[in-house]
Amino acid sequence: MILNIFVIVFMIVGLIFYFGGTIGILRFPDFYTRLHAAGKLDTLGALAMLFGLALYNLHGFDLDKLQVAFKIMLAVVFVFIASPTATHAILDAGLVGGLPPWRKHARSGMMSTASVKQSTREEAR
Amino acid sequence: METFLLYSGMALVLIMIMSMYRGIVGPTVLDRIISVNAVGSKTVVLLIIIGFLFGREDMFVDIALAYAMLNFIAVLAAAKYFYKRRGLQSEPGQNSLSSLSEEKERRA
Repeated sequence: MILNIFVIVFMIVGLIFYFGGTIGILRFPDFYTRLHAAGKLDTLGALAMLFGLALYNLHGFDLDKLQVAFKIMLAVVFVFIASPTATHAILDAGLVGGLPPWRKHARSGMMSTASVKQSTREEAR
Repeated sequence: METFLLYSGMALVLIMIMSMYRGIVGPTVLDRIISVNAVGSKTVVLLIIIGFLFGREDMFVDIALAYAMLNFIAVLAAAKYFYKRRGLQSEPGQNSLSSLSEEKERRA
């Protein structure tokens, strides 16, 4: 019964981290900031949820169940190696491809690209 | 406890659908790759939850591990394909670094 409470707490913490990462992907203004939210929060959410599931697996203590829990933690280790590598590869592709980072400066921000172009056209006139 | 696993799996599916929005309307190609990466890393957890619901967690754990490796390689290959590729910033809503520097020169 106490194990169930721990499982529920871990899985809800993981769901909260996943939800925060999704909100970051949806609402951040730039490719780099979106990648920041996705890369960090997905890793920690996967750790919390998979650890909760590995605890839930250990109900009837058995050698087979111990092996399955070990495999689940192996998936966590793989996610902890693979997710930063994938994030780094995407970021490198963006940097070499020449995507501009977002600035809070009102004239050069991504959100106001049209107004920047308009103002530069007016200055050119 | 089974119902809790069921509802947490449903919440995961909702979160995946929410992050698919960025894959559909994302302004650049790399935003779509981010969305694919996020959906894939949630699918690993969802597969293990499905395994517990079916009572075959020993089989679904292996499937989840294989899916994690497949997703990792797919994202790496896609990022490598768009490495040094022109046309990343040609989609609407983006301006490139070169056009930003041109604007700075015009202002100066």
